[in-house]
Amino acid sequence: MADTLAPKPALQRRRWSWRSQAFRGVVYQVVAISVIALVAWFLTSNTLTNLRVRGIQSGFDFLIQPAGFGIGETVIEFDSSNPYWKAFLVGLTNTIRVAIIGILIATVMGTLIGIGRLSRNFLLRGVCTAYVELFRNIPVLLQLLMWYLLLNELLPPVIDALNPAPGIYLSKGGLAFPVPVWAPGFGLIVAGALAGAALAWLYRRWALSQFVLTGRARPVWWPALAIFVVGIVGGWVAAGTPTALDMPEKTQFNVAGGGAVTPEFLALTMGLAIYTAAFIAEIVRSGIQAVPWGQIEAASSLGLTRNRQLKLVLLPQALRVIIPPLTNQYLNLTKNSSLAVAIGYPDLVSISNTTLNQTGRAVECITIIMAVYLTMSLSTAALMNWYNARVAIKER
Amino acid sequence: MYQKSAVKWIAGAAVLLTAAVSLPANAGKTLDTMKQRGALVCGVNVGLAGFSAADSQGNWTGLDVDICKALAAAVLNDANKVKWVPLTAQARFTALQSGEVDILSRNTTWTLTRDASLGLDFVGVTYYDGQGFMVPSKIKVTSAKNLKGADVCVQSGTTTEKNLNDYNKSNNLNMKPVVFEGLEASVKAFFSGRCQAYTTDASGLASIRNKEASNPNDYVILPELISKEPLGPAVRRGDDEWFAIAKWVIFALIEAEESGITQANVDKMKASTDPAVQRILGTGEDMGKLLGLDKEWAYRAIKAVGNYGEIFERNVGPGSALKLPRGLNNLWNKGGILYAPPIR
Repeated sequence: MADTLAPKPALQRRRWSWRSQAFRGVVYQVVAISVIALVAWFLTSNTLTNLRVRGIQSGFDFLIQPAGFGIGETVIEFDSSNPYWKAFLVGLTNTIRVAIIGILIATVMGTLIGIGRLSRNFLLRGVCTAYVELFRNIPVLLQLLMWYLLLNELLPPVIDALNPAPGIYLSKGGLAFPVPVWAPGFGLIVAGALAGAALAWLYRRWALSQFVLTGRARPVWWPALAIFVVGIVGGWVAAGTPTALDMPEKTQFNVAGGGAVTPEFLALTMGLAIYTAAFIAEIVRSGIQAVPWGQIEAASSLGLTRNRQLKLVLLPQALRVIIPPLTNQYLNLTKNSSLAVAIGYPDLVSISNTTLNQTGRAVECITIIMAVYLTMSLSTAALMNWYNARVAIKER
Repeated sequence: MYQKSAVKWIAGAAVLLTAAVSLPANAGKTLDTMKQRGALVCGVNVGLAGFSAADSQGNWTGLDVDICKALAAAVLNDANKVKWVPLTAQARFTALQSGEVDILSRNTTWTLTRDASLGLDFVGVTYYDGQGFMVPSKIKVTSAKNLKGADVCVQSGTTTEKNLNDYNKSNNLNMKPVVFEGLEASVKAFFSGRCQAYTTDASGLASIRNKEASNPNDYVILPELISKEPLGPAVRRGDDEWFAIAKWVIFALIEAEESGITQANVDKMKASTDPAVQRILGTGEDMGKLLGLDKEWAYRAIKAVGNYGEIFERNVGPGSALKLPRGLNNLWNKGGILYAPPIR
């Protein structure tokens, strides 16, 4: 404390002088922020004035009006008499659905292919290299259109839908499958799953602390998973083992009931995952290659098994290299999902296009899209930064 | 050094931004601008056979196209002085609002929302249409009411989505819209069998069936029309002179049909003693002056593209590839509802 208080007079003298770097720094920042604020104000007021002069109505009040259009595929319940903001929400959930599932598939595929590129097996290595070079060099829009047209050409029309197992239909109309009927007891299953997760976490903590105390390693993952599954099954039994399923049925033109995903969703998720996996594979490969070979040799000479070498030596160091560029790929996949409009999947952009045309509020709709994508990207980045901080080298 | 470059950077950015945002003001009168430019800029459909489509030589044809040609002939003395700007359904209103085009002649439905809140004025109706459904004939559906639970392919950026929903609700059909951004994509998806039905304006259905289907006879257009779709050109609000000119050139084309003036006989008709014909062709009273044009404005328009009936016949009528019946689009005294206010 005393150290910071001592040079106070000097600080005072420096504060208002143009020669002080700190003072100049503050001035530049104030000027820069004022310029940005001025430009933002000018753009906004200019737009508003121009819109008014040309007799174009503006404002966000349209959001509470009934939307009046239907959406073919929704995660949350939507009816055309719902307001526009709810339509946007449906679009957002559709986008998030594609993003999350796409990211999961792309990560798994990318990791496997990235490791495959380092394989000693010539055939495996060749196939993985070919995959990466093929898919990362073709524009993603073309790939999406290709998958979509392929699905639409290959699958049979709804009337002759493939029926590989009872209750499962695959056709140009999409993939329909049975889903459990929501029963009141389902709350217990969720509670069981939560309790299982909590217990699994407690077990993991205990196992780790035991390891620190006694040096005896206990298996962590399999018991934790088992506890989690027991929790779910316990909840299901407590709920009275509900087994009712909502089976899809063929109607005159379509398959109704049950759960369903459309070919648009399949093509979009598949296309984005396959495209992004090619990039992730390269990131994983570079991450692994960034760990010096000596580390593995050192681990071997310590007598660690192959699995432990991977888990304790290779992966922690590789992840440090992998996480930051991986974040970029996740953001890319999320943003690329806006190409959905080309193949008819009702994502945020598609819904907002429809809204824009019904209401004519172009500036407002574009602002909403930008704000939502920005928020989504920043949240993903924040999450990945947090994870990155966890795996980064901890200097003590 | 660092400070110097920072100052430079800020100053440079400020200059750049100011330059970037000094938008062009809504310059003067549309007519003056057009005369100066020597061309009418007309926003049309990217490609809808019969209404606006370009051939391999880049010549545009269609009903919407002919309206712009008539306007250019009336205003600039030359039907070919038109710059065509193909617009998607989504870009069309912004293009008109921002002044990119002088007139939007792109099978656009006249609705209250568009007329009242988009800063544009519809000048009239050039085609009375209604939304319909097209289905593959092999699914053996004869009425739209039988399309319960069907997937319906739609192009976004149109009034069709809302109409589809209204019809769905009132008939309890539970049809599912599959919405595509582009015409191309939506049509392809329908013809590949993704949807059991395709919906848009009936004239559009005829155009698509004729041009895009591998065998037009494999598809039927269902008899129900589920909405009113008065299609017409629109101009930017705030230029009443240009609004009046566009409006009256269209009226003149309809009036010409009513008075029996055609592209072929227009020169002969100049000798007519009928005062109504004389007023249209500028041989009697000078009507053009009131619009800020010369005497022969309507004469040139008719000479360039013919009267409304000829335009219809040539582009979409029974004699054309689309084979659309004249129906509502006939003159009021021939069973239709076309009625132009008198030129006098």
